[in-house]
Amino acid sequence: MKHGRYPFIVGFLVPGLAIYAVFVLSPFVQAFHYSLTDWTGISPEFSYVGLDNFRRLLDDSQFLAAVRNNALLLVVVPLATVGLALVFAFLLNVGGGASGAGVRGIRGSGFYKLVFFMPQVLAIPVIAVIWSVILEPTGNGLVNSALGWIGIGPLGFLADPDLALWCVMWVLVWGSVGFYLVLFNAAISSVPREIFEAAVIDGAGRLATFLRVTLPLLWDTVQTAWVYLAILALDVYALVAVMTAGPGGPDNATQVISLQIAQNGFTFGRAGYASAMGVVLFFLTLVIAVFMLRITRRERVEF
Amino acid sequence: MTTTLPPREPGAAPPPAAPPAGGPRLRQTPGDSTATATAHAVLLLWSLLVIVPFLWALLASVKDSREIFGSPWELPEVWRWSNFAAAWDRGGVGDYLVHSLVVVSGGVVLTMLVGSMVAYVLARYEFRGNRAIYYLFAAGMMFPVFLAIVPLFFVVQGLGMLSTYHGLILVYVAYSLPFTVFFMHAFFRTLPTSVAEAAIVDGCSHTQVFFRVMLPMAKPGLLSIGIFNVLGQWNQFVLPAFLSPEKPVLAQGIATLLAQQRYEGSWGVLFAALAIAMVPVVVVYLIFYRQIQAGLTSGTLK
Repeated sequence: MKHGRYPFIVGFLVPGLAIYAVFVLSPFVQAFHYSLTDWTGISPEFSYVGLDNFRRLLDDSQFLAAVRNNALLLVVVPLATVGLALVFAFLLNVGGGASGAGVRGIRGSGFYKLVFFMPQVLAIPVIAVIWSVILEPTGNGLVNSALGWIGIGPLGFLADPDLALWCVMWVLVWGSVGFYLVLFNAAISSVPREIFEAAVIDGAGRLATFLRVTLPLLWDTVQTAWVYLAILALDVYALVAVMTAGPGGPDNATQVISLQIAQNGFTFGRAGYASAMGVVLFFLTLVIAVFMLRITRRERVEF
Repeated sequence: MTTTLPPREPGAAPPPAAPPAGGPRLRQTPGDSTATATAHAVLLLWSLLVIVPFLWALLASVKDSREIFGSPWELPEVWRWSNFAAAWDRGGVGDYLVHSLVVVSGGVVLTMLVGSMVAYVLARYEFRGNRAIYYLFAAGMMFPVFLAIVPLFFVVQGLGMLSTYHGLILVYVAYSLPFTVFFMHAFFRTLPTSVAEAAIVDGCSHTQVFFRVMLPMAKPGLLSIGIFNVLGQWNQFVLPAFLSPEKPVLAQGIATLLAQQRYEGSWGVLFAALAIAMVPVVVVYLIFYRQIQAGLTSGTLK
């Protein structure tokens, strides 16, 4: 067993570590380094400017707009996605009505899971293109012509600064709900049936069963979902870049941090400044992950 | 690792929550049927919200621009299949498809190989620095790609790998490694040690044990993480958008086409390109959806 052990270990680790170090670790470390410089990305020279980049960020109205929009995404997207997915999981699992053996699942739950999950397997630009044309601001778009039937005038959607970000959030939620429904449903299926039966025998209705029994048992999964969605809301780029022209949408209405990083780093030749934004994004992600795990911490239920 | 949603045979009984059709019908109160009807109504409404956009996009692929915007809810007067030929040649979809296929096949095979090698060694061998390397990989799952995108561009440029197949493949592998290592690490830990020990006694080298014994035993895990990586790399947009401007992959090509249509106005061609990008993925999804859902969710649950 000892023979050839170390050469083997090293030989197996090196390819993976090398690729990971060159393309992931080194850029991450460099980002912290460049955030302290005035590097343009074009000329090889740069000088250190200390925390100047970070100070400038505080006065950058576009960046502040991006942070505000990301903050809204961060609240609305996880709340709406987890909420809808839980409601759908509830309907799937107890919609079949109560019976002697406990609450029953709904018929056709396989079909619903199949359909709801579908956006998850498609590339984001595909989804973005479909929705940006459906939401065409003139009366000729799919949604606007339907609104016309019930007498609502054409809405500007992605062209309207008040609506654009909400449209983006809608598409994010629309695309993610199915995944979390399947996730929650899988978690519910792993709960022993006796627990639900016991609740019914004790006289709990289906809503009470869901709120008092199912939800606490799902808490770990909900917590994981929350962190994933928060990262998604911070990292959002493709939807905004493809759906809203600009880029950044009307009046920076859909400006987000990732878009600002790309613009400053590649279009305006401010690689150092863009790296500083990256560092801010990193700490935001870190703080939010820790915060989410803290506030949602509960007594772990074993079963 | 717990697979909470085991792949089921197609057509097998739904989860235990639902009784088999035709089984003993339980007495339903009027309140129950109202609840059931409401549940179905809500779920059907959301199903429509998902399906209608896709069907509408498919229909738009055989319309012309005037019909797409003038009569969005109607069938086309003439079914313009020529949109597809135009998307393939003029829109460059044929090229994008080839780029995507090359990069994703190379990327997934290399990810699986390199990722399982690292995960295996970390999971089954004690050595100094084991934990540190594991956390180094695991940490990669948390970091936003955008923190690194600007320096990454210059790394790839410095290596002369912008807009090359091998450059994109290596980057895809690098960003797929954290989750792959994390997932396969958990999987290798659950495999019994006795078989590997027996193989060693029989004179297998460590490398032979890995390729002949452990990898075949890890097949279910490899399948789950393989599907995850195929979907993830096929749908990748951010990395190629910055690192491969001259060799666009499919997702990137679609975004470029949309930008062009804002000026050219041949929307039917855009939707034909969308259909070409969308239909194969949806067909694969419909065939393997149980495995896909199980793979993606088991990855997140543990």
